[in-house]
Amino acid sequence: MPQPLNYLKETASQTAGPYVHIGLIPAMAGFDIFEKNFSNVLVTPNTQGERITLEGKVIDGSGTPLRDVLLEIWQANAAGRYNHPADRSTGALDEEFRGWGRAGSDFESGLVTFETIKPGAIIDKTGRKGAPHINVWIVARGINIGLNTRLYFSDEEAANAADPVLNLIEQPVRRSTLIARRSERAGKIVYSFTINLQGPEETVFFDV
Amino acid sequence: MHAQALASRDPRLNRPEPFTPPLGDGGFFQRDRSMHPPAHAPGYKSSVLRSPRQALLSLENSVSEITGPVFGHNDLGPLDNDLIRNYAKDGDPVGERIIVHGRVLDETGRGVPNTLVEFWQANAGGRYRHKKDTYLAPIDPNFGGCGRALTDDTGYYYFRTVKPGPYPWRNYVNSWRPAHIHFSVFGSGFAQRLITQMYFEGDPLIPVWRILTTIPDQDALERLVAPLDLNASAPFDSLACRFDIVLRGQRSTYFENRTAGN
Ligand SMILES: [Fe+2]
Repeated sequence: MPQPLNYLKETASQTAGPYVHIGLIPAMAGFDIFEKNFSNVLVTPNTQGERITLEGKVIDGSGTPLRDVLLEIWQANAAGRYNHPADRSTGALDEEFRGWGRAGSDFESGLVTFETIKPGAIIDKTGRKGAPHINVWIVARGINIGLNTRLYFSDEEAANAADPVLNLIEQPVRRSTLIARRSERAGKIVYSFTINLQGPEETVFFDV
Repeated sequence: MHAQALASRDPRLNRPEPFTPPLGDGGFFQRDRSMHPPAHAPGYKSSVLRSPRQALLSLENSVSEITGPVFGHNDLGPLDNDLIRNYAKDGDPVGERIIVHGRVLDETGRGVPNTLVEFWQANAGGRYRHKKDTYLAPIDPNFGGCGRALTDDTGYYYFRTVKPGPYPWRNYVNSWRPAHIHFSVFGSGFAQRLITQMYFEGDPLIPVWRILTTIPDQDALERLVAPLDLNASAPFDSLACRFDIVLRGQRSTYFENRTAGN
């Protein structure tokens, strides 16, 4: 027998369950407990960048919106820089932007919203530019292991066409499942998305 | 059903010198999905309409995956890791007082420092403080059922709570969940993000629980079971149990393949 490698094994994922709000968004469960809470608002009044509302639903295999889903987003700032030491790109950090937020869907409509900024283009470790995007992680009752996907922006056609991740998707028709649609509503910029868990329009999910 | 081995009995969990892969791109080790329940697990009925059917697209980790949110003590309050006191109104919550402690490690055995761990649970009667929970067991006026902690420099975390009760759920007519605590862990990169659950050694409901039994690997299942840790108990106060959580390992970044001048 050779020497054992003795790596540990990743702890098994388990569903977040129907009561995920208790731990992660207690106000949605119906009570107030922490002095400081995380939320779906990523910006402060001083954050740099174009203010956007990100809004959408997660749809199950019957076409019904999930009303107990929780999404987290992780994104770069307006200069394309992630607020994390492993991002060694040269864009300026923004102290007023952590780049992370979480939101539970509305218990009636299933609508999920975030108030954030549009991120800048990303420089990857080989120096290549990636299209601006937001990383999304989805958990809920019935989801055994968190789902990873991305949202790109409909008004970034040229950057999207050159994006190395979008181009990994073999069927061009499936790339559109990752594009959030820009519109203007009452003077605010809104990007709308639909995440389909199943069906002909199933969203592209990543094994990251 | 074996519980997670205590570090003192399992040399894998107290390796003196963490193994350091010498050449890497900073990406995380490929996730071994045989260690996880499958997305589509018909024994867990809710998974049927909520599981993707297309193959996941494997993504070489980029800066978007190896980075993730950074949290600090400023994000937390002083009672956040004390579920016995953080919602107490006119006394302590009812139930068996327990300390839950352990380390967040990565697959190389290194502690994951300064990472956010969040936890939530039912009260001692198996009832959640949640507007959608209608189980007939009563709400405990002194128990919220959630908390959070940052790991220290070695990846260690701890909190105090009461042991949750088992509760019924709609899967089959007579389905019960074993007592459990939900955990949410971040790690250093967004690709390490994990939600899991801790179970208690010796609980007879564990082997019949349909969500748990969808994990194909028996050892992976047993690693979700926290053993009694009598040494960590507070005499005449609280029992303790130990729960170590392992996140994906990460390749180092000592050498880069970027061409000079780029
Ligand atoms: Fe639960």
